[in-house]
Amino acid sequence: MFDDLGNLMYGFSVVLQPHNILLMVVGIVLGVIVGVLPGLGGANGVAILLPLTFSMSPTSAIIMLSCIYWGALFGGAITSILFNIPGEPWSVATTFDGYPMAQQGRAGEALTAAFTSSFVGALFAVIMITLVAPLVASFALRFGPAEIFSVYFLAFCSFVGLSKEPPFKTIAAMMLGFGLGAVGLDQVTGQLRLTFGFETLLGGFDFLIAVIGLFGIGEILLTMEEGLSFRGKSAKISLAVVIKTWKELPRYWLLSLRSCLIGCWMGISPAGATPASFMSYGIAKRISKRGHNFGKGEIEGVVAPETAAHAAGTAALLPMLALGVPGSPTAAVLLGGLLIWGLQPGPLLFVEQTEFVWGLIASMYMGNIVGLIVVLTCVPLFAAILRVPFSVIAPIILVLCAIGAYTVNNNSFDVVMMLVFGIAGYFMKKTNYPMAPMVLAIVLGDKAEESFRQSLLGSQGSLGVFFSNALVSTVMTLGLIALFWPLISRAMDLVLRRGSAARA
Amino acid sequence: MSETAHEAGGTGPSHRAVEAGVAIVIGLFGVIAVIGSLRVGIGWADDGPMAGFFPFYIGVIIILSSLVNLYTVLFATSGDQGLFATWDQLGKVTSVVIPTAIYVGIMPYIGIYVASALLIGIFMLWLGKYRWTIAIPVALLVPVLTFFFFERWFLVPLPKGPLERLLGLYA
Repeated sequence: MFDDLGNLMYGFSVVLQPHNILLMVVGIVLGVIVGVLPGLGGANGVAILLPLTFSMSPTSAIIMLSCIYWGALFGGAITSILFNIPGEPWSVATTFDGYPMAQQGRAGEALTAAFTSSFVGALFAVIMITLVAPLVASFALRFGPAEIFSVYFLAFCSFVGLSKEPPFKTIAAMMLGFGLGAVGLDQVTGQLRLTFGFETLLGGFDFLIAVIGLFGIGEILLTMEEGLSFRGKSAKISLAVVIKTWKELPRYWLLSLRSCLIGCWMGISPAGATPASFMSYGIAKRISKRGHNFGKGEIEGVVAPETAAHAAGTAALLPMLALGVPGSPTAAVLLGGLLIWGLQPGPLLFVEQTEFVWGLIASMYMGNIVGLIVVLTCVPLFAAILRVPFSVIAPIILVLCAIGAYTVNNNSFDVVMMLVFGIAGYFMKKTNYPMAPMVLAIVLGDKAEESFRQSLLGSQGSLGVFFSNALVSTVMTLGLIALFWPLISRAMDLVLRRGSAARA
Repeated sequence: MSETAHEAGGTGPSHRAVEAGVAIVIGLFGVIAVIGSLRVGIGWADDGPMAGFFPFYIGVIIILSSLVNLYTVLFATSGDQGLFATWDQLGKVTSVVIPTAIYVGIMPYIGIYVASALLIGIFMLWLGKYRWTIAIPVALLVPVLTFFFFERWFLVPLPKGPLERLLGLYA
């Protein structure tokens, strides 16, 4: 415990070096821009900017990339409140009360509330990570291949159980990801597979290309189809409004705490920030005394989803760091970055790369403080970006996506693949296939397969190895429950309804 | 196909047809995975599972879940689900896809900077209906900024073509 505290202090000393602070500010500003623009979300924003960090030290790189992520989380709120357009899926719930507030001329108040509660949510999650991550990591050090596979199994099954898309679509998308991940060189036998003689497929499909295509190009095509024109409220935040709102906010401490807990829980499981924000909004609406006023410009309706979304977005980094299993697509991209810099995510990271891990954790604290200051002071600037017409923004985003895709492997064919993924993403999104599990499957496919095969090797091919001790059986059982959750909840519904019908 | 507008605002492919198409395409990927896995062997060798072992079952699951999705969309979902998108909307989407496809295609030959300038310029002139006095400067400025940002400050080399060679910009 005290070791960790010392490590954290050391982390702060790394983060507070001038050039790291500069990178932090650059990261936050780029991140907010990424979050504000349609077609550039957290995941593919980080993916596009990842190559910029190849020439940096891993610690500086992760500081800048994670700050892009915080910036994107903050940026989503700006478009939701001022333009009624969620820049990110997790800020949809923020539009419900944020935009009405802006219409009533209370935009400054809504923005201050949103940014501040984002900050509170993130801070809560970071403190949780600081305390819990080292424990989880040291526990996970004892994991063998079967335990590691069971954790992957649980993560992927949770997608099936928790996502709002139809379960078989989630499974299809996820397995498609595993299939794409399997193309190329087999890690265990060194044999080529699924390449069908195409040389370009030797290296397999890079998930960063998939992220840029699915989330970037796909999103632009969707925006184009809807023919968006942005007409927003003007934004000004004066110091007086900030202080007035800050005086009001402590009244909602219970709401904040509840939203933080929802966010952390949903963030660690791969459900992510979007359901967390909706759930938090829904519960707040039901519990609040002013619940009937939700949707008409209630400040609590901004605090609840923003706190939960940020807590979830931040908490998603816990399993990525401690177990090597990312909790969200953006965390997956950061994990991809670690692999590129030659770092192995997972429990060993805490032992072997102390400087890196604690630098990252310290940068979460600092990044959110810097982020809060940047967004509070620069809102009008960011809102102005959205007033640039889409026919100017769209080709520039396309160019940025192409640059990002090319620089991953310095390969022009990847840019073609990006477009293919983009078109696929457009169709999948419109037909309700979830993309997060697909992306995570491409990233983790090799590792999941490796641990699966190693476990089977140890047991001579018997699946019993996944139920051979208490730990692995528990995790596998949780996974199975998550997998069959749609069925289980339907069955429980039936039983309950029959019960109430019998009583009536 | 008549162009008369429905109350929804035009005609287009039905959601059901597209959804069935997507399910079939994904299912075909499953078939490809199964065939590819069979080629490298899906059984158990002396040193453990063969290379095709894992992707084979992945392929099988893709096929099965796609069949369920196909069945759901064709038989288990009742009623009209409306349009996937109107032809007008799809036209807008194509008007982005085609320039991007050309952009991606010519990039290896003329370099990313010239291709980007062309893409931005054409996009603004054609889709944005901007005057060329605005479009041309923006189209030139973005690649120049990109060059300094990536090649000079962050030392990331991007594909170059004849123009850069002419200017002697080889990093």
